[in-house]
Amino acid sequence: MLNYIVKRIISGVITLWVVITITFILMHLIPGGPFDKEKKVPDKVKKAMEARYNLDKPLWWQYGDYLKGLVKFDLGPSFKYEGRTVNEIIKTGFPVSAQLGGVAVIFSLLLGLPFGIISALKQGKWQDNLVMFLATIGITVPSFVLATLLLYVFGLKLGWFPTMRWGTPLHYVLPVIALAGSPTAIISRLTRSSLLDVVRQDYIRTARAKGIPEKIVIYKHALKNALIPVLTYLGPLIAAVLTGSFVIEKIFTIPGLGKQFVESITNRDFTTILGTTVFYSVLLVVCNLIVDILYAVVDPRIKLDN
Amino acid sequence: MSERIDSRLFEPLTVDKEEINKIVRPNLTYWQDAWRRLKQNKVAIISLVILVLMIIIAVFGPMFSKYDYRTNDLAGGNQFPSAEHWFGTDELGRDLFVRNLYGTRISLAVGIGAAFLEFFIGVIYGGISGYYGGNVDNIMMRIVDVLFSVPTVLYVILLMVVFGSGLKNIFIALGISYWVGMARIVRGQMLALKQQEFVLAARALGASNRRIILRHLVPNSMGPIIVTATMAIPSAIFTEAFLSFIGLGVSAPMASLGVLCNDAIITYRTYFFQLLFPALTLCIMMLAFNLFGDGLRDALDPKMRK
Repeated sequence: MLNYIVKRIISGVITLWVVITITFILMHLIPGGPFDKEKKVPDKVKKAMEARYNLDKPLWWQYGDYLKGLVKFDLGPSFKYEGRTVNEIIKTGFPVSAQLGGVAVIFSLLLGLPFGIISALKQGKWQDNLVMFLATIGITVPSFVLATLLLYVFGLKLGWFPTMRWGTPLHYVLPVIALAGSPTAIISRLTRSSLLDVVRQDYIRTARAKGIPEKIVIYKHALKNALIPVLTYLGPLIAAVLTGSFVIEKIFTIPGLGKQFVESITNRDFTTILGTTVFYSVLLVVCNLIVDILYAVVDPRIKLDN
Repeated sequence: MSERIDSRLFEPLTVDKEEINKIVRPNLTYWQDAWRRLKQNKVAIISLVILVLMIIIAVFGPMFSKYDYRTNDLAGGNQFPSAEHWFGTDELGRDLFVRNLYGTRISLAVGIGAAFLEFFIGVIYGGISGYYGGNVDNIMMRIVDVLFSVPTVLYVILLMVVFGSGLKNIFIALGISYWVGMARIVRGQMLALKQQEFVLAARALGASNRRIILRHLVPNSMGPIIVTATMAIPSAIFTEAFLSFIGLGVSAPMASLGVLCNDAIITYRTYFFQLLFPALTLCIMMLAFNLFGDGLRDALDPKMRK
């Protein structure tokens, strides 16, 4: 077990290094520096600014410097906002995004799992058809379309939910639904197919033959194994909520990291783009690592050495 | 205790040697069989019809309209839908029906183009990796693992930041990032197929590696490959819309469905129809592609069905 964890951590670190390096190179390939504004800056000023951000040094030096900073969790200064560091931007934005994303993840699990179970137990009946129909809609409607539709109908027309500002629990409702829409659909589909798979296995027939009540067969025997494939979806789920936050936070004007990231793209604030990408990658790699380990703990059939 | 059965109850069966060898059903190739299965799937066929109609309308529709997507008519801005302008006009007085047609065209082109790129790069990469195995496979799959651990959307965003917005760059960015899933599928197929006798026979006859991969292995794994490529279309359309929505899509005055949605967001409080039509088109397109893909999967690869 320990061996497996160490191996996964090492490969995670290598993945991160590759991602950081590629992102760093990409950000420095962009034609035009961050100080090329519409108004021409005098050469002297430009030189001084470049010197201040070490942009006059060779690329490998900047790369080494950046890595050195990363080890100390220092993502450098923002090019756009004078005096703000990328760390500060993440510190103010991420808690908001994490809260929203966390609620969305829990919401999609709380809704997707029961839907999937109902659908599998009532296979072919109207409940199943209804859930699968909703799931298909959920997968095909893009999150930003769902978000604007919700905002228009429930925010603007019916006035049930606020459309401006951010903070109260009521503010969470619409963005969470928009963010959790397609993950919920995917989870219910996954749960359904996986439960249907498990129910056909021999040990379930044995359990039924022993006279165990159907409820216990499903909830105690079948569900345990059926949920393992769903567990593997946790990594992609977090990734989906994370990328979804880019548009959702923009639409609902939520002051989260997703909105900051999109703004830094429009502003061509390269250090913030780079820093946020690195931050996101670390987050995802760590999440995937935890999921992988969890997976191995839950399902002993998975050989840890491989 | 066995009961005696009256032998008169039995009737000897006349055996006609000709009759036994007769083939009752017509011989079907893999593709004919798949088409037969697909035809029985009503949902898939309806989706296919809708898609074909959409393609025809998007390609030929603009020819029959007196409007184009770029001419401004500031006096007639923000008109509601009417006989003159079916979908109304936007802020600059451009006919939204025609802009929607052009948007559909771009979205379709992006989806299909991305699927082709995914197909070529993924098949070649996965084919080489799976066929050669060993260290080549190890290294190639490590690269894939690294790319897989960061969400595609994040990559595409980074690449678009570097390349700048524009249709050509969307193709490049999608091409660079979309092949990963396909490479994995193809590799899995190669690993399973290369052990089989027909590969050994081909090799014994002196076929080159290239020939074995392209002529024997790839055609035999065409089912899953086509299914994966079809599923990439809606995903690419979504990614393009997503990009456009955060301001990284095609450049004005051209507009994809995502750009139209994004433009409409500013005015959705008063002119909701401007958002509704492109959003609806996008949803129908995504739904049709997804349902058709599902049907195609069931028809081409019954084993993959879940």
